[in-house]
Amino acid sequence: MAAPLGTAAQADDTGDEKQDTQEKEAVAPERAEEAKLKAKYPNLGQRPGGSDFLMKRLQKGQKYFDSGDYNMAKAKMKNKQLPSTGPDKNLVTGDHIPTPQDLPQRKSSLVTSKLAG
Amino acid sequence: MGVAGGGGNDFQWCFSQVKGAIDEDVAEADIISTVEFNYSGDLLATGDKGGRVVIFQREQENKSRPHSRGEYNVYSTFQSHEPEFDYLKSLEIEEKINKIRWLPQQNAAHFLLSTNDKTIKLWKISERDKRAEGYNLKDEDGRLRDPFRITALRVPILKPMDLMVEASPRRIFANAHTYHINSISVNSDHETYLSADDLRINLWHLEITDRSFNIVDIKPANMEELTEVITAAEFHPHHCNVFVYSSSKGTIRLCDMRSSALCDRHSKFFEEPEDPSSRSFFSEIISSISDVKFSHSGRYMMTRDYLSVKVWDLNMENRPVETYQVHEYLRSKLCSLYENDCIFDKFECCWNGSDSAIMTGSYNNFFRMFDRNTRRDITLEASRESSKPRAILKPRKVCTGGKRKKDEISVDSLDFNKKILHTAWHPMENIIAVAATNNLYIFQDKIN
Repeated sequence: MAAPLGTAAQADDTGDEKQDTQEKEAVAPERAEEAKLKAKYPNLGQRPGGSDFLMKRLQKGQKYFDSGDYNMAKAKMKNKQLPSTGPDKNLVTGDHIPTPQDLPQRKSSLVTSKLAG
Repeated sequence: MGVAGGGGNDFQWCFSQVKGAIDEDVAEADIISTVEFNYSGDLLATGDKGGRVVIFQREQENKSRPHSRGEYNVYSTFQSHEPEFDYLKSLEIEEKINKIRWLPQQNAAHFLLSTNDKTIKLWKISERDKRAEGYNLKDEDGRLRDPFRITALRVPILKPMDLMVEASPRRIFANAHTYHINSISVNSDHETYLSADDLRINLWHLEITDRSFNIVDIKPANMEELTEVITAAEFHPHHCNVFVYSSSKGTIRLCDMRSSALCDRHSKFFEEPEDPSSRSFFSEIISSISDVKFSHSGRYMMTRDYLSVKVWDLNMENRPVETYQVHEYLRSKLCSLYENDCIFDKFECCWNGSDSAIMTGSYNNFFRMFDRNTRRDITLEASRESSKPRAILKPRKVCTGGKRKKDEISVDSLDFNKKILHTAWHPMENIIAVAATNNLYIFQDKIN
């Protein structure tokens, strides 16, 4: 299923016309989509697909304020994944001295892939 | 070898195995990010976003179970990369495995290269099935014996033990990439390999980790002038001096390392001319090449852009010799695909062993195969619903027009979260591995 080639060799008139319509049909949906996008985001960059994307691509990766911020975020992630201990969890701080049963289980840092399970 | 078709001589694809969890809640770490067969096809490696590598080994065909045509079972699994923090830039370095490439086997052990965004590692996977017993200086449990108590010498003997497969990192190639590594490729000389990031390509020797040569550098002096990035790179399968790299602008450059040390000037430049009147906001984005692969013969190369796969003859630079539409119906959905970022998805592509067929993934867990000889194509789906052993896969069809036939699926019903970005074809047989998010599907051709 080859697409019509951009540079066609000399063809007869009907061939050219047919190819033109085919190309126009192939392009028209793209142009319609572009119009839709411009309508939604009128301030979209002037240069189509230009440096904005590339800069974003080169910058890939979540930025943190510093290493402390990074480690805090990692710790928060680990806690989020722990099973919730229920409404009693909130009582641990302040009101009474925590016991080992009250504290959430520490998740092991190395988990085997489920593909190997 | 060809693609499944109707009846006649064409064969059909059957479900063989599926690996991974069934539950709907997919943990980010379990998302498979790369799939690669080794040179013999006996080993199949996967890498995931959690930095883990799982290697499957094909079982020997068992005469007592004639229908089991060599299933792939877990051989080894290890944590290849861990998340790191770049203190200088305050950026997180993901542990996601971007690529795995096997080295050709030279002895009993297996070697592979695995890479994340910044660091490449050479892993040795070896088997241990013997253990020495009867040491003089230590007990069987490892405790040191009191030397004064030793009155006689004995020769330790090797005793068989349960097979243990060990993976150990033999080389760590770090600190050579400022930008994110997208490709690694082992050279046909079996001594060197290249690693490519967005702006640079480096050449390494497998034995040397403290040095690498920069062979391509497209970083402009003024970053404001940046117009394109490197998206993929690969060494030629036979000519150890030749490699190619693709760009975000849809071009491919072939470079010859014999001509100069720094290959900033290409030897060949492959680009399909574009009709300027058909240019739109999306043109450049969808022309960005997400994968480039040489044919096994070394005569052709294949590139994957957002909507199509193109086969290029290395002797012809001005246009591809074949173009295959993967999902042309998406052209009228580009606006929403841009908004949900799917337009930036990087699909890979692969050849079959004889170069007669090519395969690539799509959305809704569909994947497509094209037979280069018959020009037939087929769309198949990786789903648990068609996962009975040896069940023949039914061809799928996306309805583009108004009237939807029974069994067809309309473009608006496609699930864009179910993307098949990574597929691999066994180097010699009709066995394919398809990664569908966190599941690995293995399909084989039907045994008569």
